[in-house]
This record gives sequence, C-alpha cells and structure tokens, in this order.
Amino acid sequence: MDLINLAIKAIFIENMALAFFLGMCSFVAVSKKVETANGLGIAVVFVLTIVTPLNALLQNYLLKEGALAWAIGPEKAAGYDLSFLGFIAFIATIAAIVQIVEMAIDKFSPALYAALGVFLPLIAVNCAILGSSLFMVQREYTVLQSLVYGFGSGVGFWLAIIALAAVREKMKYSNVPPGLRGLGITFIVTGLMAMGFMIFGGIQI
Amino acid sequence: MDKQTKSILLDPLYVKNPITLQVLGICSALAVTTKLETALVMSAALTFVLVGSNTVISLLRNRIPGSIRIITQLAIIASLVIIADQIMKAYLFDVSKQLSVFVGLIITNCIVMGRAEAFAMANPPAKSALDGLANALGYSFILIYVALFRELLGTGAILGHELLQPVKAGGWYSPNGLLLLSPGAFFLIGLFIWVQRSISPKLQEEA
Amino acid sequence: MGFSNTYIVGFITLLCLVCSLAVSSMAVQLKPQQDINKELDVNKQVIRVAALVPADEELTAERVTELLTHVKPRLVDRKTGAYVEGDAKAYDPKKAAKDVAASTPIPDEFKGTQVRRLPDVLRIFEVTLPGKECVVLPIHGYGLWSTLYGFIALKPDASEVVGITYYEHGETPGLGGEVDNPQWKAQFPGKQPLDAQGKVKLTVKKAGQAAADSPYQIDGLSGSTITTNGVDRMLKLWLGENGYGKYLEQVGGAR
Repeated sequence: MDLINLAIKAIFIENMALAFFLGMCSFVAVSKKVETANGLGIAVVFVLTIVTPLNALLQNYLLKEGALAWAIGPEKAAGYDLSFLGFIAFIATIAAIVQIVEMAIDKFSPALYAALGVFLPLIAVNCAILGSSLFMVQREYTVLQSLVYGFGSGVGFWLAIIALAAVREKMKYSNVPPGLRGLGITFIVTGLMAMGFMIFGGIQI
Repeated sequence: MDKQTKSILLDPLYVKNPITLQVLGICSALAVTTKLETALVMSAALTFVLVGSNTVISLLRNRIPGSIRIITQLAIIASLVIIADQIMKAYLFDVSKQLSVFVGLIITNCIVMGRAEAFAMANPPAKSALDGLANALGYSFILIYVALFRELLGTGAILGHELLQPVKAGGWYSPNGLLLLSPGAFFLIGLFIWVQRSISPKLQEEA
Repeated sequence: MGFSNTYIVGFITLLCLVCSLAVSSMAVQLKPQQDINKELDVNKQVIRVAALVPADEELTAERVTELLTHVKPRLVDRKTGAYVEGDAKAYDPKKAAKDVAASTPIPDEFKGTQVRRLPDVLRIFEVTLPGKECVVLPIHGYGLWSTLYGFIALKPDASEVVGITYYEHGETPGLGGEVDNPQWKAQFPGKQPLDAQGKVKLTVKKAGQAAADSPYQIDGLSGSTITTNGVDRMLKLWLGENGYGKYLEQVGGAR
C-alpha cells in the first residue's frame, strides 16, 4: 500500500536526522540522557503529525497556483500564486501548534509537561519540522500523505535520538580523548549511525 | 578598533565558532556541502540574512513586547529569507535549483535565531550587524572547509574543475564515495573539533 | 518596561503589514524575470539534450532563441503514433492528463511511476538543424521522493539515443539528484533504445552491473537505487507502446 511505503521510507530510508541532518541542534544537545531524548522525540512526533497535514491544507487550498478555486472559481484562481508566502505561513502554523501543544500537555498531563521542560518550545525552531513541510510542498503530497509522512518523519527522528542518547550514556564509562569529549565524539558517532541507516537504501518496496 | 569590537568580530571565527562550539547551524552546514558551489551560495545567503536580521531586530529591540518576542523575530527572519530566495530565483536560477529546500531552512537555522536572542536584543544596531557578519563568517569558514574536502576527495574536482582525474575518466584517482554521503560530513566536522580542542585545551568539555 | 495590550496588538499588526508589503512587492516585481528563467531553463534543456551545442558552450538567451527556430513542437496521437494537427506550442500535456475525456488511466504494470493518467495526445519536439536532426520526447515519472521531469532525445528513426536530461525533480542532492549529473547522463548517447523487434530494451541496471559493451544497458548510481529504478521504469513506460512506442514504430519503420 502506498501510504505504508511512504511511512517506511520516512522512518528508515530518508530519516530526518540521519539522512537529511535536520534537527541537528536539538539532536546533538538533547541526547545526553535517554530520558530527555525520549521526551523530545515524542514531542516531535506529536508536532510533526499535526503540523504537516495542516500545512498541506494551507498549501493546497490557499497558497499554490490555482489553489483558491474552491472560493472564487478555477478561472480566477489560476491567476493567484501565493506560494512565496509559504515560509511565513508554515512557520506561523508551527509556532502556533507548538504553543497549543504546550498548553494542552500542561493541562492534561502536568507530569509530562514538567519532564519535557524547555524542549517543547524549542521544537518551534527545529529544522526538521519546517523541513518536512517544505519537502511536502516539493513532492506535492495530499493531506493524507502529509499525515503519514509527518508521523513517519517524527518516528524516524525519535528512533535516531534515543539511539544516540543510549550510546552516549554508555560512553560516559569510556576513555574518550580530551579533545573529542562531548561534541566531537557525538559527531563521529552520529556519522557512524548515519552509515548504519544507509543499509535501508537498498530495500525495494 | 576597541577591545570589545575586536572581540565581537574575531571570537566567532574560532573561539566561539557557531558550528564547532555554539552547536548552532549544523543542519544546513552538513546538507549543502557536497559541492563547493552550493556551500558558497549558502554562505552568502546566510550572511545576508544574519546581518539583516540582527540589524533590524536590534533597531526594534526596545519596542518588541516580551510576549510576542519569538514570533516577531521569526516574522522578520522569514521575510528576509523569502526576499533572498526570490532574488536568487530571478538572478541566480541555476544555483537556486540546487539549494531548493535548504534556503527555507535558513529561517530555522539556529544561528539566526540564536544570535538574535543572545545579541541583537541587547545591543545597538552597528554592533549587532558586526556580530551577524562575524558569526556568518565563522559559519562560512566551516562550510567551505567541509565542502572543499567533500568535493575534492569525493569527486576529484573543485567548483567543477577537475583536479584529481577519476578512474572513470581514465585517470588514477578512485573517488571516496563515503565523503559524498552524509556520514563523511560528520566525520570531517568531528575531526575539526578534535584538532581545534587539542590545540586549545580551554575549549574542551568535561567527560 | 510594560507594554499595553493595545500596543501589542498595534505592533504586531504593523509588523505584519510591513513584512507582507516588503515580501509581496518583491515577489510581484521579480515574477516576470523568474518565469523567463524557468522557460529559458526548459528550452536550454531541450537544446542540450539534443546536443545542438557542445556541452561546454554557455547558452545565452539570444543563442537559445536562435536555436529554437530549429526546434518544432509537434503533436502525436499516443495510440496510433500518427501526427495530430493543432497548436503544438500552446498544448499542455499536464492539463490534458487531468482531463478524463482526453486521457486514459495508466496500466497497472506502470503504477510505480505514479503517473495517474496518460494524455491521448502527446507533444514531442522535432529538431531540424541539418546534421543534428533528432526527436526530443518529454518524460516523467516517480523516483524516491518526487516526480522527475526530463527529456530523452533519439535519432529521428529511433535507432539511437542522443541524450537524456532532467530539468525538475526533488531527489536528494548528491544522491538521487545525481541523475542530473552530466557524467552519469553521458552514458546515454549512443545506446540503442529498442531491440530488433521494436521493444524497449534500454535499461538502467544496478550500479556496477551493466555490461560494458552492451548497447542497451546503463550503469546505475550507488546509493540511489530507488531513484535509478524510477528512471528505468520511466524509460520502459515512455519508450514502450503505452508512451511514444507507436510513434517510434512509425518513424523507425516496423522492424
């Protein structure tokens, strides 16, 4: 089924963090402990699953060439191409959704809210979120495809960040050379993980 | 030049390099460095946006209400990026095709947001513009380093001009495919960090 | 310092107005130039794929206009291969593909290309420059992440490939995007698209597996298997009887 293929591709073959290197700042900064990495991962899945289809709606019914056909008729609509407003529109949606998700989590699960802490608002500037909306535009996904793609991308990011955090926790007991400690070894480990994820490229689905 | 201005201009090039020390701006740095040409254009675009956004935000810094601070910064940054993108599509079409998605990612490039928050909101416009320029230069420095090695060792060429003749073209050089792929960029930056922190032990992190 | 609510609302409204004005005026002002660039790019691709100029020659807008006088758009009937009268320049195959009356659903075996419908009338470009005659066929199909749009140029009797190019795609730069790399595309000129029976034989094999002396096989790109599989599928669709196959039969003579 097309949608399942899309999800698998988004999770493994073109993993947001390990193949496209989007969301690197939080990926590297938040992966010191598995617990916090888990929190960020789940938050990213939440936001991506909501934001990507919303932006697809915006793109398909407001921004792209001829999108306003449902309101003013196809002939008139063909003259309007608002796709240059894409960046601003998407970022505004993302910031708004992150704010709403933050308030919702605070209301329904204060424990989770406390656990996530500052990472929830940081998601608004996570390149992976905007990146997945921009790819959605470039690949002309429908709203349903965007939902699946958003969810898949989020899960892929989540997988990657937990894996990195697990490795870093173990490395605390290793003898890393002083110059490499912290950021340096994290980059090298991430590179190795990216190589690992490349094996999925040969899968035909 | 007084001491503070000197520090604003020189720190981001080495001691406070945005990529290797502040951990900002990594995403796009890794993605556009397969070719030196795209790295150069990305550097130029980021410089334009960073200097512009730092200046504008600094000019408005006393008038921005705290509750809408982030969205205001984002609006200004996003507008500047759209303008840069439109200009590229009109006058540098071939290169804009290659950069495609990544141009938009300058908006969420942590360097732009990071410097706006950390510097432009608390400093006068002239200094903020300088800070923007310096951080953009520090970022470009790393970008060019990575792109140079990735293109040279990955394809045997620099800016499209062949320097090491690849086997496929009848030469001797077997291109290092790993460098063209994502992990190569990670290793290059990791190595740079290692060298940088070995030369300057003050920059090392605790275990 | 505290800001009153009126100030906040006023500030954000003014900010929105100024930003939108700046961005919109830029977009509107630059749009004509951007459209010219897009059209010029497509025309350049047609000229390059037909090898009308040496690969390293810079193409200026004037040179493109001059060369375009030797490029004639023609319409062909997809099912019979015969020429169709009409305004070939104004014809929009993408629009026709969406029109249920003017198109046919794609056969199941090619569903992977994600082309939904095939227009019943196709547009081709015949190049009439003496010594460089060829026919340029627009092709498109799905790769890994996006639909790739390109052209393949064949000798007028469909005996040999003159070139291939992609002018629009969303594949990963450096990986699948390398299908637009001149070094990879350089494999195509000289290959034979069809076998003696007129069936599509041109194929893209997995990287490193193409036989060096085969006139039909193209070596794929390592790390971009799915994209190159998309190219292979696309070639089989458009060079076969569901695409330009009938037309190629007409010009090549049934063999």
